[in-house]
Amino acid sequence: MNDFAYYKATDIDGAVNAAAGPKNNYIGGGTNLIDLWKYDLAHPEKLVDLNGIDELKEITELPDGGLRLGALVTNNATAYHPIVQERYPLLSRTILAGATPQIRNAATNGGNLLQRTRCYYFYDSSSPCNKRVPGSGCPAREGHNRLHAILGYSDACIATMPSDMCVALAALEAVVRVKGPEGERCIPFIEFHRLPGEQPEKDNTLREDELILSVDLPARGFAGHHTYLKLRDRHSYAFALVSVAMGYELDGEGNISVARIALGGVAHKPWRVPAAEELLVGKSPTEDQFARAAEAILEGASGFEHNTFKIDLAHRAILRAGAMAHDPSTQRPGAKPSL
Amino acid sequence: MSQPTLPHTQAEIGRPRRRIVGVQKVTGQATYAAEYTPDDLLYGYVVNATITRGTITGIDERAAREIEGVVEIIHHLRRPKLGYFDMQYSDIDAPPGSPFRPFYDAEIQFAEQPIALVVAETFEAARYAASLVEVTYDKAPFDVDLHKNLDTARKPKKGIDSILKPMPPDDYGDFDGAYAAASATYEGEVYHRSQHHNPLEMHATITVYEADGKLTIYDKTQGTTNSQIYISGVFGMKMSDVRVIAPFVGGGFGSGLRPQYQLVMSVMAALHLQRNVCVQLDREQMYTFGHRPETLQRLRFGASADGKLTAVSHEAFAETSRFEDYHEAVVNHAGMLYPVENVHLEYKLVPLDRYSPLDMRAPGGLTGVLAVETVMDQLADQLGMDPLAFRLKNYTTTDVSSGKPYSSKELRACYEQAAERFGWDQRKPTGKHPQRGNRLVGHGMASGIWDAIMLPAKATARLTTEGKLLIQCALNDCGQGAYTVMSQIAADELGLPFEDVTFEYADSKLDASPVQGGSFTTGVVGSAVKAACFALKDKIFHLAQILDGFPLGDALLPDVTFTGGEIVLNADPSVRIPFTDIIAFNKGKALEVSKTNVPNPFKIKKYARNSHAASFVEVEVDAQLGVVYVTRAVTAVAAGRIMNPQTARSQILGGMVWGIGMALREETLLDRQLGKFMNTNLAEYHIPVHADIGELDVIFVEEKDEIINDLGVKGLGEVGTISMAPAIANAIFNATGKVMTQFPVKLGDL
Ligand SMILES: Cc1cc2nc3c(=O)[nH]c(=O)nc-3n(C[C@H](O)[C@H](O)[C@H](O)COP(=O)(O)OP(=O)(O)OC[C@H]3O[C@@H](n4cnc5c(N)ncnc54)[C@H](O)[C@@H]3O)c2cc1C
Repeated sequence: MNDFAYYKATDIDGAVNAAAGPKNNYIGGGTNLIDLWKYDLAHPEKLVDLNGIDELKEITELPDGGLRLGALVTNNATAYHPIVQERYPLLSRTILAGATPQIRNAATNGGNLLQRTRCYYFYDSSSPCNKRVPGSGCPAREGHNRLHAILGYSDACIATMPSDMCVALAALEAVVRVKGPEGERCIPFIEFHRLPGEQPEKDNTLREDELILSVDLPARGFAGHHTYLKLRDRHSYAFALVSVAMGYELDGEGNISVARIALGGVAHKPWRVPAAEELLVGKSPTEDQFARAAEAILEGASGFEHNTFKIDLAHRAILRAGAMAHDPSTQRPGAKPSL
Repeated sequence: MSQPTLPHTQAEIGRPRRRIVGVQKVTGQATYAAEYTPDDLLYGYVVNATITRGTITGIDERAAREIEGVVEIIHHLRRPKLGYFDMQYSDIDAPPGSPFRPFYDAEIQFAEQPIALVVAETFEAARYAASLVEVTYDKAPFDVDLHKNLDTARKPKKGIDSILKPMPPDDYGDFDGAYAAASATYEGEVYHRSQHHNPLEMHATITVYEADGKLTIYDKTQGTTNSQIYISGVFGMKMSDVRVIAPFVGGGFGSGLRPQYQLVMSVMAALHLQRNVCVQLDREQMYTFGHRPETLQRLRFGASADGKLTAVSHEAFAETSRFEDYHEAVVNHAGMLYPVENVHLEYKLVPLDRYSPLDMRAPGGLTGVLAVETVMDQLADQLGMDPLAFRLKNYTTTDVSSGKPYSSKELRACYEQAAERFGWDQRKPTGKHPQRGNRLVGHGMASGIWDAIMLPAKATARLTTEGKLLIQCALNDCGQGAYTVMSQIAADELGLPFEDVTFEYADSKLDASPVQGGSFTTGVVGSAVKAACFALKDKIFHLAQILDGFPLGDALLPDVTFTGGEIVLNADPSVRIPFTDIIAFNKGKALEVSKTNVPNPFKIKKYARNSHAASFVEVEVDAQLGVVYVTRAVTAVAAGRIMNPQTARSQILGGMVWGIGMALREETLLDRQLGKFMNTNLAEYHIPVHADIGELDVIFVEEKDEIINDLGVKGLGEVGTISMAPAIANAIFNATGKVMTQFPVKLGDL
């Protein structure tokens, strides 16, 4: 391991000050950063350990009826928190569909947002990869691209954002609260991750030394009608090939009054198309209606040698999620398809 | 007066017992290769090539050497003298060809080839310094694509490995004629990618450089004798100067059947530095050596209208390296399972710029039977026959491909008992099962066959001064339970309680042992243990005959029973001679016998020798999303006598899970442009997890085999894997009507 400095932060400002400068990294659970380090992909010169900052380890209710999830709360503690389970069961189920209990016990909410893609070529330090070494090329386009994007990719990069949790956060319209040397700001979730474009090395819009403080959930949690459906190459402990986080509310006549749909595993960020969600408003939650929304969400999708099946699969998954969301009590653990 | 009764003389064999090392393993007390702690241990970390073919033009060590703790960097330009002849690099499981020679010269022959070893005071320093070694290359073009090179396919060279993995027999009958005349025919392809063994314990070796220059080596291997032979060959050392120890192996599945490169490197560094060196591969490096070969199969089967299989053509094309002809028996099985008279078989290799493949759980059998048994279901479907009825119609007690009768074959009982337990009578024709919500239901079955191999082996049995039994053999065990079963065999032979038997194993200084593989350990080494114990018994008895006062009179060996540590006269059970009396008579010295068991070729060669299995599987397939669930499965096995039902059941359960992996999960993705495997970790290489495994049930049918060996044992590690994968594929067909031709079957394929 390369030599590095270690700083154990005890408060937010201490952490932000310590992290100023390039090649300095915050560390939460370390489940991604340490792997990247071992794979010879990350070489931090200073590690700013966030685990001593108690105020980032809390889940607190917000005056507007929302909920604040501290950046250092673990994924499992979040998923099993009584308020999350009661008011945001979509988030709870989504987190529990990811990784393994051991990893979720270590992984933090802040770290989850910043986990890097699982693209094989990104992880292999001797392959070209525009995300790792800008300008070196992208072997995934012609290579093994089953895990890769069907939407929003660029010539430079077809990687996907692997997180499950972030797909639910996108559907829930969470807000990411961050602090840097220039102070605090809030980033709407859908603007947090970015498309690769010409700068695939940048996964998100967080600035170099900004610290994630919390993820704030708005009051609306879709506890009545929601689902997370995760389709993958094995029934547990695998990343999503296609996933759908869906929530809707029904009016007195049983028609949809508001709907949110986010897809995972298909793009460089959780994929949301607000206009498609609008199509559902005032409509009954039937397969036909979800099919219309699915078409709008997947408009322009195109695949590569090994992932074109994901376009049709995503379409079908949206239909199924629509049906599953109607009665969340029928859902299976691990976000497996039910009904 | 009550007569002392004679206890049952075979109390141990057939008795369920947990592994004698089980508690050590699950409580962290077992010491694996990388966990020994000799003094002043150095750590080596391997540098792998970043090109697929070419030549090393330079190695810049400067940055690496700056790292504190780095002791030496070893590579082709700085290393001890290595053997010159191919033969010196050969091992018991080596295929014909020129085995890879680590650090021999500047040539790169495959991706991730090991090219240097950084040795340091700590593992971390070695690993970091290894990342700083700058290597320059002259790149050469390479080709790793099986499909594009089918035109270069050729027959494998013959070597000693053909003894265990026979080449297909020559064509017999008239395939073309029979195929043309058949009323039902099926023509199809079956393809699977390469797969890796993925044992939990990564390969590691610690070499202890003894004061006298001899080596004590703790190696991850499936054969201590094999590693010993190999190292003495490569470094030109005397066998007696190389001792290899490997009592615990954290999973093998074939990965330890050949010595792997960490062994040579650890020894190289130890010899070069005259110090103790540990070399452990990391998880990614576990994908840089042998693997199950990517294989494409083409099949044409024909049957008569009444359901007799009349024509079989089975061709296979498998990858191998440019330097060795790794081959396996892929196409031989249809002719062994079914009495078909017109057969065309062909097995060809496509040499590519990859590392040589390596035996992996049920090598060849899993690949070939998957194809045969899925095609059988297609024919049954065309004939409108139930798949089981079709197989029963083609049942045989003779291996028609060799013309020999089976030494025993209870496959029919496997079919019947498993079908009954499974409820096969509930099976509906394809697509006719009532749906469960969105899920289609399918039932499928398949047969399995695996060779019952006999080889010579040697063991030593010693009656200790305490009158207890010590058994010795260099055999080692990756977890199947061999140590336990050997002790059970020995206990019964000498009539001792299990607790009074100690088994010393996994040390190359003991009697040489074949590698642990091929499901032959219990039959092969077990027979040697039995023979040694029998010889010891004979020796004990001879002393007993001349004890003072001749208590046994003129009794011969059949007239006494060995039980509870005593010799008991059958005619008068009050006459009992404790083993300790024999030891005392022998002036307090232990009695010892070594025995090599050589199978009787005249007896066994007249028979075909195989174990059999049948699996019955239910799957559910989500009709909208194509997700497959294996909800339940029953496997029945006929493998001769079951020595220990507990460890045997675990073997079959493991095999069934492996079958799920073969059918639905496992593949290593080779990038054609880069020439290397990409999903080289346990997150991205998908081994089945609990959520993938439905209810599993195992049946052992009774099978008596008086030919194969004195124990009547055939071995069962691999046969349970073989029938499972095709049964899953057939169940998917039954559910969906779709024929599976690419494995694993994945999301998006249905
Ligand atoms: C084998 C495996 C399987 C997995 N499977 C899944 C899966 O199925 N689904 C899924 O969603 N995830 C999965 N994960 C990913 C896992 O969820 C992430 O690794 C985890 O959430 C990262 O959190 P962490 O706290 O450990 O991050 P760390 O590794 O500590 O940090 C990750 C990155 O975030 C930065 N960082 C951390 N905290 C902050 C902060 N507060 N502010 C600013 N920057 C910060 C770090 O500097 C680093 O760059 C898997 C991971 C592994 C190893």
